[in-house]
Amino acid sequence: MPIWGWPMTEILFFFEVVLAGLLAGTMYSLVALGFVLIYKASATFNFAQGAMVFFAVLSFVGFMELGLPFVLAFLVTILLMIAVGYATERLVIEPLTGQSEDTMLMATIGLAFVLQGLAQAVWGVEVRRLDLGIPDFPIPWLADNLGIFVSALDVTAGVVAGVLIIVLSLLFRFTKMGLGLRAVADDPGAAASIGIPLKNIMLLVWSTAGIVALVTGMMWGARAGVQFALVDLALKALPVLIIGGFSSIPGAIVGGLIIGVVEKTLEVYVGPYFGGGIEGWAPYVLAILFLLWRPEGLFGEKIIRRV
Amino acid sequence: MTQVRNFPIGGPLLEVQHISLRFGGVKAITDTSFNVLEHEIRAIIGPNGAGKSSLLNCINGIYKPQEGKIVFKGEVLDKISPNIIAQKGISRTFQNLALFKRMSVIDNILVGRKLHMDCNFLQVAFQTPRARQEEEENRERCEELVEFLEITDIRDTPVGKLPYGLQKKVELGRALATEADILLLDEPMAGMNVEEKREMCRFILKVNDELGTTMVLIEHDMGVVMDISDNVVVLDYGKIIADGPPEEVRTNQDVIDAYLGVAHD
Amino acid sequence: MTDKPVFMTYSRSDVTNFAVLMILAFAVVPFTIETDYWYSSILIPWLCLALAAIGQQFVMGYAGQLALGAAGFMAAGAFACYNIELRIPWMPFPLSLLFSGIIAAAFGVLFGLPSLRVRGIYLMVATLASQFFIIWMIDKFGWFKNYDTSGIITAQDIMIFGVPFTSPMQMYLVVAVVVTILTILAVNMTRGSVGRNWMAVRDMDIAAESMGISLLRAKLQAFALSAFYCGVAGALFAFTYLKSLEPVAFDIKLSFSILFMVILGGLGTINGAFVGAAFILLFPVVLNTAGNAWFHGTIDATIISAIEQVVFGALIILFLIYEPLGMAKLWENTKQRLLDRRPVGEARPNKKPKTG
Repeated sequence: MPIWGWPMTEILFFFEVVLAGLLAGTMYSLVALGFVLIYKASATFNFAQGAMVFFAVLSFVGFMELGLPFVLAFLVTILLMIAVGYATERLVIEPLTGQSEDTMLMATIGLAFVLQGLAQAVWGVEVRRLDLGIPDFPIPWLADNLGIFVSALDVTAGVVAGVLIIVLSLLFRFTKMGLGLRAVADDPGAAASIGIPLKNIMLLVWSTAGIVALVTGMMWGARAGVQFALVDLALKALPVLIIGGFSSIPGAIVGGLIIGVVEKTLEVYVGPYFGGGIEGWAPYVLAILFLLWRPEGLFGEKIIRRV
Repeated sequence: MTQVRNFPIGGPLLEVQHISLRFGGVKAITDTSFNVLEHEIRAIIGPNGAGKSSLLNCINGIYKPQEGKIVFKGEVLDKISPNIIAQKGISRTFQNLALFKRMSVIDNILVGRKLHMDCNFLQVAFQTPRARQEEEENRERCEELVEFLEITDIRDTPVGKLPYGLQKKVELGRALATEADILLLDEPMAGMNVEEKREMCRFILKVNDELGTTMVLIEHDMGVVMDISDNVVVLDYGKIIADGPPEEVRTNQDVIDAYLGVAHD
Repeated sequence: MTDKPVFMTYSRSDVTNFAVLMILAFAVVPFTIETDYWYSSILIPWLCLALAAIGQQFVMGYAGQLALGAAGFMAAGAFACYNIELRIPWMPFPLSLLFSGIIAAAFGVLFGLPSLRVRGIYLMVATLASQFFIIWMIDKFGWFKNYDTSGIITAQDIMIFGVPFTSPMQMYLVVAVVVTILTILAVNMTRGSVGRNWMAVRDMDIAAESMGISLLRAKLQAFALSAFYCGVAGALFAFTYLKSLEPVAFDIKLSFSILFMVILGGLGTINGAFVGAAFILLFPVVLNTAGNAWFHGTIDATIISAIEQVVFGALIILFLIYEPLGMAKLWENTKQRLLDRRPVGEARPNKKPKTG
């Protein structure tokens, strides 16, 4: 039964590609989410988010290798990420308060190198497998009944991303901490003057970003192995943010999904004409085109520069 | 201040015609018109938020007003960027200091000479005789300015390290260096003490007198305004409420109301 | 009364420093250093990377545009040079270099275009696109590699008017001459109106525009010249140091290294490019040697490289906090402190008209 001249199998295949793209996109969204958290709270662009993902999951695997059970390793890593967040806030962010955005960005590039170097120095550089007990092969029911091949792991990642996003959005919107956070993001000076504890909020945000990084890392690690390449993959969160806007949680999600779908469909349908590999740069070029059209991103606020 | 002038006041040099500017839903300027005459010192006054700086930003091309036009030397300046407007002969200073913080005083002023330096990068890279001559001549001019403004001792200091008053002076120097036909000065004396203000007035009057430069300045100090300006425009809530010589404006009832905060209607 | 300072492009100390460096580079080094290792593993890569760092300085240190794609432009230059040498065999090497630089500059303009709309992180992402795109393009289109299937192509021998320059020392001389010329041009530009316009754009773009500087022109010029310098550096790097051409050699890691050279060396100084390049290049060598000496090879090379990353990252943060103007400034300060200790009455050092 062809639709618009396409045979059914082609259409199913197209859906599969889009779905794969969407699911890969949730992975990008997860990294982007970490960026947005910190950006919202401090207008700092945290280039180190990708390195934090790598650092967190490598440490998690490392603790498991030391013999800690899954849950304990998870908790210890969370504590570790809170410590990293604390150290970052005290040693990097605080001394640079009031510096230009570019300076903060460069500092977080430095931080990225410190974290990824530390992780490798402590845990070694070999690729680890991470088994979460979720199979990374097509869900049989979907494959049999619909002819669509989607891995259970991808679906789990999608669900986890969704839950995280909902929880974070709720926290942002309805808790006292979230309110303080939004006040701080708006005007740190004013927020401090009415007694909002700036430092605690920053600490909280960096720790949350650390935990998000751990969850992201576990998803990615289960999929592609725990290895340094995660840092490069995480770079793809940058175009995601440009499309979604740096200060918007829904933006991070939608941006991630767009990037995921576009890069997968381009790779499958256009890639063969160029010998493949266009996934590597397509997201960035898409981001450039987007910048020319809407520099503030889909969900970002339009910035009016006052003189 | 009514001695014989080297450059008597002439016809309209800059015409602001029915300008309206909005930011989103906020009206910054509403249907504003006035003329700036050649060689005059024109003050723009008005309470905070009256749209004075926005007006300068429109003239100089940083903001693009939604309605109206600005005519300079008979030419409509429409939708062109600040650098082209600078080429036409309009220069300015900024309310919140827009200096090149990491550059030295002399380099800041040298940037003001940009439009008098047209060697391309190859000529500069290879230091052709023309490039050297150009650099030397323009440095000469800047050194003169530095001397005129009495800031010789700080000529090599990065401006970011200077106190506010001196920075204001450097910014005036940079604007003067352009040798533009018209200077837009946005609160050149803000935050200065009486002594410094008097000095600044002296510079402004001297430049106007010796070079015939037309000045448009925003100022809050009424004493200063009454002393040095030939004509005054009063803005309130983005509208012009008075336009004329200082004595006349001073006695205008609307102006008095606006400054004393009488409720509208 | 103070004397009115007279402007000269070069102060007396500039001229003496230059003379000393030239004598060192062309009279002392070639006659004292005989081991190939010094030429091919230290001096040649140092000079090539310093040249690329000068390019990065233009766009980042002077024009204030956060770009992260130097290695992409280096790759463009390297492969352009290979193809020119391949297809136009009579072309003397210096001309090939010039054209390689120009081709890289064209890429620089193309990927510099986003800088007209955006800055900061946004611009960085746009320049990352250039990095990934250029490498991909070279990788996927066989023509650039002359349809070589092995993936690794040997760079041609350097011939200048029929004279081969193939020994490490000869190649060092070629590199040193090119780098010297381009450094002088860079100093002239950055001390002159070109550099002033860039810095004005960096420090306060709206004011720069109001003074008559076209942002479009200034930014694209910075991107073009930056890519030109990176392109020439890349060609030299491939032909004298790598001696082979593989796109992987110009991956994002190299771009980061060049970024670090500029930040650590000192943003907005030409000296900083050389200091930064030396540090980034030599530190791993030192660390490796130390590692081997103290632990007798028991430490894995990958661990040493991980430590290297930690140190570079930490230094970036430390410099940004304590001395944002980098090692070049640190050195200036130290020198100044030593000079200031001289007893009163001795001649004060000549005041430089400008620091470059």
